Amino acid sequence: MDQQKVMSIRDLNRYIKVRLEGDPGLQDIWLRGEISNFTHHSSGHMYFTLKDESGRLKCIMFASYNQRLPFAPKDGMKVLARGGVSVYERDGAYQFYATAMQPDGIGSLYLAFEQLKKKLEAEGLFAPHVKRPIPRFPRAIGVITSPTGAAVRDIIITLQRRHPSVPILLHPVSVQGTAAAPSIVKAIETMNRLAEVDVLIVGRGGGSLEELWAFNEEAVARAIRASLIPVISAVGHETDFTIADFVADLRAATPTAAAELAVPHAAELRQHLSHLEQRMGKSLRLLAGKSRERWQHAARSPYFTDPRRMLLAQAERLDRLRDRLTFRAQSQLGRAAERAARLNGRLAASSPTEQAAFARKRMTGAARALELAMSGTLRSSRNAYVSLVRHLDALSPLKVMGRGYSLVYDEKEKNLIRTIGEVQPGDLVRVRLADGRLDCQVWGIQGEEISNG
Amino acid sequence: MAEDKKAAAEEAAGMTFEQAMERLETIVTKLESGDVPLETAIELFQEGMSLSRLCGQKLEQVEHRIEMLVEGEAGIGRKPFAPTREETNGDKGE
Repeated sequence: MDQQKVMSIRDLNRYIKVRLEGDPGLQDIWLRGEISNFTHHSSGHMYFTLKDESGRLKCIMFASYNQRLPFAPKDGMKVLARGGVSVYERDGAYQFYATAMQPDGIGSLYLAFEQLKKKLEAEGLFAPHVKRPIPRFPRAIGVITSPTGAAVRDIIITLQRRHPSVPILLHPVSVQGTAAAPSIVKAIETMNRLAEVDVLIVGRGGGSLEELWAFNEEAVARAIRASLIPVISAVGHETDFTIADFVADLRAATPTAAAELAVPHAAELRQHLSHLEQRMGKSLRLLAGKSRERWQHAARSPYFTDPRRMLLAQAERLDRLRDRLTFRAQSQLGRAAERAARLNGRLAASSPTEQAAFARKRMTGAARALELAMSGTLRSSRNAYVSLVRHLDALSPLKVMGRGYSLVYDEKEKNLIRTIGEVQPGDLVRVRLADGRLDCQVWGIQGEEISNG
Repeated sequence: MAEDKKAAAEEAAGMTFEQAMERLETIVTKLESGDVPLETAIELFQEGMSLSRLCGQKLEQVEHRIEMLVEGEAGIGRKPFAPTREETNGDKGE
């Protein structure tokens, strides 16, 4: 026991690892099995178990290898895995280190198809807005297909039948097998480089899923999308759908249909042309008719057909206007004259000449009245005077004295002596007679009773 | 005016079928709108008719030019191509 060398587990595991890795029978081998316990670790590495009816094997596929997997592995999926056997030293467990993997069998082809479809769809490669429009009248058509076979014949015959004047450029490719996809990709690129054609027809006749497989390859899909020339896909029969159909700008159910979609039918075009000519003619006739109608309408205008009538209307209008003018003028004149007369009257009423005449008249009247009044007064005064004089004459004391009466005054003949009381005996008195005076002296005084009647 | 027409005719001759068709369709639409003076309409009609003739002529040009690209040592060459019936026999689907 002592003589025997004691190995560490680590050393042993390493030894086994070296032995396994050195064995060519354990490296670069293919395994077929069903995936279970599949884990896609956050590190990117995949851990799973491959099993078949009789056994199982732990597997690992590192991120650097699994990034390019054309499908997503899942539990229960049958795969072909390529890789080598080695040891995980810490656990002392040997496992299969896969470097490549592909779905196994036809069922898995469908799977790969579905997965690629989903992936490209998510990338937006099928989106309607990235699809280029197919030109209505292509100047030349590019055909990418096998130079032998029904597809190329159908396409060319259909193109020739529909539109023989459009040149066709065929790029022969292999459409089946492992070389197919690269050759199709290259052909699309070449056509783009030559830039001679306006539209590409890419396709082949019908076949099994495996036979059509090149048109489900990611490289072909990306080449179609990258093409600057619009692409019509024409793969297989109507029921066959390939990735190329989804990614193409237009999908044709068959190669014949692709040719029909690529060029318009010359006969239809000729028909279209004659239809356009008819439309032009009709429009022009319509326009000419309308113009003629306008002209006729203008020519029918009364200005042209009966210019006199138009003049008469104007003349009538002139007359009416003239009447109105006269009427207005006259009425205005009348009003003005009326007003002038009124003003004249007022003016005359307040004229100084009139006033002067009136005043003169008044003055003359007044003078006459004054004269009249004056002479009347004079006459009546004279009459009064005469009667007064007569009266006076009648009352004159001289007359009385003429009849024997006398008047006695004081000596200075100032006061008339009417009573005896006014004189004293011895007073000198003067007595006036009709024909002179007598100076007398009072000798005696005898009063007498005066009777009244 | 005559020179203009001549120039237009020369220009039309250099047109592609598509350009001619598009111009023709534009003319038809314009005419059908009825929104053009009569003189212009007549000019458009004449231009349209000559475009239509031009398109018709282009349709009649039967070139039958079908070529196949051939990869050679000197790069890409071309040769005339005609699909053959015999080859398709027995060559299933391809």
